[in-house]
Amino acid sequence: MSTDSAPPLLAVEKLTKHFPIMQGVFRRQVGTVKAVDGLDFEIRERETLGLVGESGCGKSTAGRVILRLYAATAGRIVFRGTDITALEGEALRRMRPRMQMIFQDPQDSLNPRMTVGTIIGEPLLEHGAEGKRALQARVEELLESVGLDPGFTNRYPHEFSGGQRQRIGVARALALNPEFIVCDEPIAALDVSIQAQVVNLLEDLQERLGLTYLFISHDLSMIRHIADRVAVMYLGKIVELATSDVLYREPLHPYTRALLSAVPIHDPELESHRERIILSGDVPSPADPPSGCRFSTRCPMAAPECREREPEWRELRPGHRVACHFAE
Amino acid sequence: MAAVSDARRVLEVRDIRTRFHTQDGVVHAVNGISFDLDEGELLGVVGESGSGKSVTMMSLLKLLPMPPAEIVSGRALLEGENLIALDVERLRRVRGAHVGFIFQDPMTSLNPVLTVGYQITEPLRVHLGMNRAAARRRAVELLELVGIPMAASRLNDFPHQFSGGMRQRVMIAIALACEPRVLIADEPTTALDVTIQAQILDLVKRLRRELGMAIIWITHDLGVVAGLADRVMVMYGGLVVERARVNELYARPRHPYTRGLLRTLPRLDGTRSERLESIAGQPPNLAQAPAACPFAPRCGHAFERCWKENPLLEAVAEGHEVACWLDPETGAARAA
Ligand SMILES: Nc1ncnc2c1ncn2[C@@H]1O[C@H](COP(=O)(O)OP(=O)(O)OP(=O)(O)O)[C@@H](O)[C@H]1O
Ligand SMILES: Nc1ncnc2c1ncn2[C@@H]1O[C@H](COP(=O)(O)OP(=O)(O)OP(=O)(O)O)[C@@H](O)[C@H]1O
Ligand code: SF4
Ligand SMILES: [Mg+2]
Ligand SMILES: [Mg+2]
Repeated sequence: MSTDSAPPLLAVEKLTKHFPIMQGVFRRQVGTVKAVDGLDFEIRERETLGLVGESGCGKSTAGRVILRLYAATAGRIVFRGTDITALEGEALRRMRPRMQMIFQDPQDSLNPRMTVGTIIGEPLLEHGAEGKRALQARVEELLESVGLDPGFTNRYPHEFSGGQRQRIGVARALALNPEFIVCDEPIAALDVSIQAQVVNLLEDLQERLGLTYLFISHDLSMIRHIADRVAVMYLGKIVELATSDVLYREPLHPYTRALLSAVPIHDPELESHRERIILSGDVPSPADPPSGCRFSTRCPMAAPECREREPEWRELRPGHRVACHFAE
Repeated sequence: MAAVSDARRVLEVRDIRTRFHTQDGVVHAVNGISFDLDEGELLGVVGESGSGKSVTMMSLLKLLPMPPAEIVSGRALLEGENLIALDVERLRRVRGAHVGFIFQDPMTSLNPVLTVGYQITEPLRVHLGMNRAAARRRAVELLELVGIPMAASRLNDFPHQFSGGMRQRVMIAIALACEPRVLIADEPTTALDVTIQAQILDLVKRLRRELGMAIIWITHDLGVVAGLADRVMVMYGGLVVERARVNELYARPRHPYTRGLLRTLPRLDGTRSERLESIAGQPPNLAQAPAACPFAPRCGHAFERCWKENPLLEAVAEGHEVACWLDPETGAARAA
């Protein structure tokens, strides 16, 4: 189905994550949040797959289920040909170093009472690093690789700026030589003038170390820059997936079109005569998603059948998949 | 809106300086900011986090906790009346009736235990002396104006019963209630999703046409400003470093910080860049009042003078001012 014949690094099939909604003294389940509701896609070796969508559509949950930080409710995760969906114990522990995560807020993800050396060295110790000297050398090497002074090992996170703290997070994620990294909004908390520094670093590291990224973001301009292919999520589903070039040039799903038209462009000339598709209303709750197509309550093209029948996930052109009855 | 030939000045701000006295020492947040605002004009204020955007605007209305804040100098003339010199009572009236303020975080400024209806009708009753029924009628009109469906039935709801986008609309309705002369909006869409942001920006454009208010719009998103503002003011380290009409600023940015900022942004259209340009270094330390150009440590063009003297805003073209020691004609270091 894909134009690329090499086997993917990672493939997910019907991947689903539901959270129970509990209520009352007896914590009875009164509902279900369908955070991720049947994803099918693959990520190729050394590529960056961008995952975009609005707040609450399930991007972070998808990333966490893939990394086995949450147990999947249904579906499969296949990493390098091995089904890892149900791995446990020692097998899971051996798997973990190969897949890492970089978080949104460098402030929250670094323990303020640990030195930078301890933070970066911790995963090394946990996974049986060599002696103390070797450990120190590896930490210094990691700091250098993310553009920080290797002499900083004894400093604490608060002594760094936001951009530098995010570099520490990157160094920690790299410690165990992972093959695959989920970057969950790694630049969202950073100033515009600092974002480019971190993105350039991530791109350099990918090139140098042959890394594969799942890059989660709601910044569509940045995703266009960094991703080879882009998946657009809405209410727990992927509605469109294509190469970055194709998706931005020729979006096929009405939601992708609205999303792209809503992004302000830093060019007053263009802005003054740009057509905007203004969607009405808010995103519905994932605890009670609309029937049929989930976008049908806000879609400017919706027809009666959209409310009744869920659109199929179709490959409309080679490598360009979309879930809409009317896309062509 | 009535056609005005000569735009009238509504707000004149001069030399605002505000600092904070903290345990770790003094923070020089705002270091001498001046600007004007005309009737019906939308002034965009951009700059990175900590550049003093919020503190400047909050200083005008003394909305800061004092201490730790101290307004060291400045005037803010609203139709000739200096807000900074007003007593508390008079200032409260101005805040309610003449200047609307939309804060960065709607949840901190909407009172969670009061109904939305109460929060909109209160200023109408206090400042415009409306009776209950009239105020409620007006509240429904306002909520309809900002696009809240079934507005009448939502007056008795509490803020938490609204989504983020709707709360922001409610905030706008409250700020508009008394038809203020000036509306100050502090990052009103930053926390919202792009499709919801597009709804709000669309609303603001419509309100401007219909009500002809003067608006100050604070944001760090240069895209939002491009589509909305008449003029833009770029802040760095508690100073204005560049100011121009919107088309001029994006077509011919002069300050190295503005240039860097525009170049560092990836684009949604056009060719895809191989590598992003970045501005090296970190935002400025505000422990000292700026004695030199605050951008010098990060500026690729800095020369001797930049490290010694702080450049003042200077006109380089019609309505275009820049604070930089580079020669405005050649872009090279100035002779003297
Ligand atoms: N641990 C959890 N327990 C219950 N519900 C959860 C949990 N984590 C996420 N959810 C819910 O699942 C949905 C998807 O959340 P998720 O964090 O994956 O969204 P997101 O796309 O990453 O959003 P954002 O852009 O705001 O980070 C939301 O409705 C959220 O409230
Ligand atoms: N209550 C306070 N006490 C001490 N310092 C403060 C206080 N409020 C603001 N500051 C400092 O004043 C400076 C200017 O802050 P301000 O909130 O105006 O920035 P901003 O440009 O609005 O940034 P942002 O884009 O993050 O909202 C910052 O360095 C900030 O840390
Ligand atoms: S399937 Fe129907 S409702 Fe869904 S996006 Fe397509 S046209 Fe809109
Ligand atoms: Mg998330
Ligand atoms: Mg602010």
